[in-house]
Amino acid sequence: MEVIFRIKRFDGGSSYWDEFKVPINMTVLEALFYIKENIDSTLAFRAFCRMGICGSCAIRINKKPMLACETQISKLEKETIELEPLKNFNVIKDLVTDFEGFFKKQKLAKPYLIRKSKGEIQQTPKQLEEYYKYTLCIKCGACVSACPVAKRCLGPAPVVAAHRFNRDSRDEGKEERLKALSDHIWHCHFVSDCSEVCPKNLHPAEVVQKVRLEVLKFNLGW
Amino acid sequence: MKFRYDVVIVGAGLAGMRAAIAIAEKNEDVSVAMVSKTYPTRCHSVCAEGGTAAVFDKEDSLDLHAWDTVKGADFLADQDAVELFVSECPKEILTLDAWGCPWSRTEDGKIALRPFGGQSLNRTVFAKDRTGFHEVHTLYERILQYPNIEIFSEYFLTGLIVENDEIKGLTAIDIKTGELTLFEAKAVILATGGAGRLYGFTTYSHNVTGDGMAVAYRCGVPLKDMEFFQFHPTGLVPSGILMTEACRGEGGYLLNKDKERFMKRYAPEKMELAPRDVVARAMWKEMIEGRALEGEHGLYIALDLTHLGEKKIKARLPLIREAAINFAGIDPVEKPLPIKPVAHYTMGGIHVNKNCETDVKGLYATGEVACISIHGANRLGSNSTSECLVFGRIAGENALDFVLNKDFKLVKEDEFFEEERKIEEIFNKNGSESPYAIKKELNEVMDNYLWIFREESGMKKAVQKIKELKERYKDVKITDKSKSFNTDLIYTIEIGYMLDLAEAVAVCALFRKESRGAHYRLDYQKRDDVNWLKHSLAYKTADGVKVDYAPVTITKWEPVERKY
Ligand SMILES: Cc1cc2nc3c(=O)[nH]c(=O)nc-3n(C[C@H](O)[C@H](O)[C@H](O)COP(=O)(O)OP(=O)(O)OC[C@H]3O[C@@H](n4cnc5c(N)ncnc54)[C@H](O)[C@@H]3O)c2cc1C
Repeated sequence: MEVIFRIKRFDGGSSYWDEFKVPINMTVLEALFYIKENIDSTLAFRAFCRMGICGSCAIRINKKPMLACETQISKLEKETIELEPLKNFNVIKDLVTDFEGFFKKQKLAKPYLIRKSKGEIQQTPKQLEEYYKYTLCIKCGACVSACPVAKRCLGPAPVVAAHRFNRDSRDEGKEERLKALSDHIWHCHFVSDCSEVCPKNLHPAEVVQKVRLEVLKFNLGW
Repeated sequence: MKFRYDVVIVGAGLAGMRAAIAIAEKNEDVSVAMVSKTYPTRCHSVCAEGGTAAVFDKEDSLDLHAWDTVKGADFLADQDAVELFVSECPKEILTLDAWGCPWSRTEDGKIALRPFGGQSLNRTVFAKDRTGFHEVHTLYERILQYPNIEIFSEYFLTGLIVENDEIKGLTAIDIKTGELTLFEAKAVILATGGAGRLYGFTTYSHNVTGDGMAVAYRCGVPLKDMEFFQFHPTGLVPSGILMTEACRGEGGYLLNKDKERFMKRYAPEKMELAPRDVVARAMWKEMIEGRALEGEHGLYIALDLTHLGEKKIKARLPLIREAAINFAGIDPVEKPLPIKPVAHYTMGGIHVNKNCETDVKGLYATGEVACISIHGANRLGSNSTSECLVFGRIAGENALDFVLNKDFKLVKEDEFFEEERKIEEIFNKNGSESPYAIKKELNEVMDNYLWIFREESGMKKAVQKIKELKERYKDVKITDKSKSFNTDLIYTIEIGYMLDLAEAVAVCALFRKESRGAHYRLDYQKRDDVNWLKHSLAYKTADGVKVDYAPVTITKWEPVERKY
């Protein structure tokens, strides 16, 4: 059994659609390799771990940002499948987008443990669970692709990263971080599309709301 | 384009990032470039699942960790390096704790430990079953805080520039623009990871193609112990995605088609938690002798976790569950998983000493790309991520000492043009061979003849076949003639690297007439300490691979028979 992949190509100058027949019994990523190795070796896409943990292969599959490696073609239940690069990123070539800006924005949120104290650290499993879920962001950019205001602000991922450290019992830098965020998180109008597409189900939209509230309280000195 | 940094680190995995931090922690003025073909958070290390070894248990001792490692290595490890290694592991765990790594914890807030194969006591620190992912993110986050570390992502190493046995710099393709870029450096640290994609059925990420090894090898640096490749017992069928050893550490069983825990016949004491070489051989034997199960993708063994219960699987093995559901359509809470042995770790690598120094002054190697050797003929699970942390730091500190009070050595234009010419030559290739067909055949050779059971005639065939593939590679075709993000070019260069490495693996394996650790020969089934207690060193010469040997350092532990 086969399906049709309609792929949005871009060669640096023009953009166009290309079609390929691929077997159905594989993941979208495997099918991209199938094309590259057997049909058209000029096709460009990113792929590394192929197990849903490195965050390289997020693309839009039938308009929805998803990880190509985790998506079984058969589960899409379509005969024609459209593949496009992520939105809100500049396209470099075919399905490959420019992530430099994405990673630069991460830095603004101070996504690291800030800790001056020395000595042995204790953290109970309960304290760990307070923030653990938010450590799972793989920085794939799916949330940014879905976000209607991402170009004007930080985008959801850095806020999730900040939140993760704000909740970590070992951290001593929450104030610093809230201050750093305070200019960057007001554009969100809670469309919540980011939560729909996050492959790790981190509900970035909810996190953005929580962090906003914290920034507000902080600014008001509560 | 040309850049100049005191230290250039190639590779932003655990080892490379740890090295960068080690330099920046000690010195704010030394400039560091971290150059890698992926973004740091996309490196292969994020795949490490089970954990990182370090002595914390009160009953445990450094000597015991060292002994387990040496015995696991089938006595081919250098014991001075192992002793250094085990003594530094605990410190690294605590350092990562202070940098934010979400280690799993005991009820009283201490760092938790789990059992792992070949480790006598609970010695594996972990962050659920996403240990490498969390370690990588922790190091990456830390790096953001040092102004003297510059990150160059998606730059692809193509050559080292060496003069009079001293490093001067390197060249890398800026993948985004396609431009060959020169990095002048006083010291270079290679941290480019293993070479697991030599094999077809493998746990490795797509990009783990041994580049750093091949580039160093082409510059005359020898590769050590390349015949030793680790086969992990539990690769998910058919993708090869790893089902961590922690599955068995947490109590999972291996079952054959009679639902027998067959490990009792091979390692009655350690059972499923014997070292990987022992378990993988036992499984392969079950498969060959007709006691495996069979499914649409061929023979397999069952990894049964059902008796662990949903709660434990959720708490301790969440990634495994997610992966099994996504990639095999099976929930391990309900049904056993189809698995079989899978290529998993490159014990061999660039020949360095325990300071991570090569024989080229200013050139260091660390992490999986290097062979120090602490893993000898068989690595113990969870010792590799520890190695990356410990020897990443050591490489960084030594490179720092080296560059202080040193001047840059100018790279001559001609030297750069020569590198550029080599890349152009490949780029312009318009032959009749598909690089991908060559890769596929190479994978088949490795999977058939340099797998778990090896013997003379098969390995001879492999050497011959690899030679043929190398010839065919000369007539390869690069279809993509564009500059920007040309992965056709990048993959083809990688395949060229792999061919060189495969040849070294095959020749060293053919020469070593004994069975030791992961190198198991049907025609020489015993370890032979009289003739073969020595490291292989493969040199690339105009007439092919030349193999030399070097002694193994023994401090405390004379080789004895290995029983589990
Ligand atoms: C699935 C899996 C699970 C594992 N689980 C465990 C575990 O639980 N415990 C354990 O101890 N070990 C484990 N290991 C082994 C361990 O993960 C690796 O040995 C270790 O992560 C290697 O780290 P590294 O820093 O040396 O290399 P990598 O993480 O592979 O990083 C290599 C870096 O080099 C870069 N690079 C490569 N080639 C080039 C080039 N040509 N130009 C520029 N840059 C380049 C890459 O982009 C990357 O940044 C596991 C391995 C696998 C395959």
